[in-house]
Amino acid sequence: MSKSCLVVDDSKVIRKVARHILESMAFAVDEAADGQEALRFCRANRPDVILLDWNMPVMSGMEFLGAFNDLDFGHDERPRVVFCTTENSIDHIRAAIEAGADEYVMKPFDRETLEGKLQLVGVA
Amino acid sequence: MMGGGTASESAYRVLMSVLESRTGQTLSPNRIWRIEMSLKPVLQRHGIADLDALVAALVTANGRQLLDDTVDAMLNNETFFYREHSVFDDIAEKALEYLRVVNARQRQLTIWHCGVSTGQEAYSMAMLLAEQGERWAGWRVDVIGTDVSHHAISRARVGLYSQFEIQRGLPVQRMVRWFDQTEAGWLAKADLRRRVDFSVQNMLIDRPPLAAPADLIFCRNLLLYFAMPMRQKAFARLRAIAAPQSFLVLGAGETVLGQTDQFVASPRLRGLYEPADQQVRRPVAA
Repeated sequence: MSKSCLVVDDSKVIRKVARHILESMAFAVDEAADGQEALRFCRANRPDVILLDWNMPVMSGMEFLGAFNDLDFGHDERPRVVFCTTENSIDHIRAAIEAGADEYVMKPFDRETLEGKLQLVGVA
Repeated sequence: MMGGGTASESAYRVLMSVLESRTGQTLSPNRIWRIEMSLKPVLQRHGIADLDALVAALVTANGRQLLDDTVDAMLNNETFFYREHSVFDDIAEKALEYLRVVNARQRQLTIWHCGVSTGQEAYSMAMLLAEQGERWAGWRVDVIGTDVSHHAISRARVGLYSQFEIQRGLPVQRMVRWFDQTEAGWLAKADLRRRVDFSVQNMLIDRPPLAAPADLIFCRNLLLYFAMPMRQKAFARLRAIAAPQSFLVLGAGETVLGQTDQFVASPRLRGLYEPADQQVRRPVAA
């Protein structure tokens, strides 16, 4: 069965690029344009991994992560969260890890980098 | 034309022969086209017009720096952190435990990264060992990286990696623990750098600076650049450096089958190799 990924990014272009890469890796891909949309999606679905931007309108990646951590996935495994952002300072990275992110991709990224990070969190 | 570029065929031949005589490596036809592109920065740095002029300078000027730069540029320095990370998982969980039992009396562990390039593989191992903490308390643990490329070894010693390099294979937790973010890139902390020694060596000629025979040898994606006689010589060199009970790690696409009788597939750990002459003696259970 193919793995699923929710791409959360306010940039249509980034979502398109991520979808292209992920589909070539046989992922089923869903998209959300901000944290609130992503949270709505996660209340009804359980993707294997979430690719999460930091800065987004309505609800940022960090705000999403705070609310996401309160979701109950029952007996299912919690989806992995991989930040994918231009916020590349070590302070941001540390904050993301403390908030519960499993991995961190600094933009710009290429297919190999993303694939490597998805392997590290056990979904590729 | 041989390289598909603008240089004369004899220039390509001379450059290939320089590479082979200095490193033992040969350029397969599908890599020859890269010569012109790889050497472009060298031409610019030394103010040389083209490959024919470079060959003329190499033959007549007797400049060590130009020769080193030329050879370095033709080498493939591709590497990244925890390459094929399942190999590192197996080493962390099984191989190191086996070696800890085997070497319990001497309390010494020697790891040699042959063809270490810019250092990521050796730093990967050093981080892994450091994180095992108490397991190696009171042990002498040496992690040595060697490579024929001066440029690669000098980069490895500095331990500075670009954003692209630091993201390749390195888990983010380890990145923030072992590296500092600087304006120039991600710099290995002093505590990590001091755990690895790097030196410029030609594995076909030089004896690596090891205090004891190597318990674990990484030689990944290097031997494939050697023609068969040279490859067999390289395997013999690796065997001469390996401890009797030791492991050899090759690249994912490499094998000893049909290549050498010095090493055989490890009966303990899939994907690793052991000295062939030790297979009749197994005094220690893993």
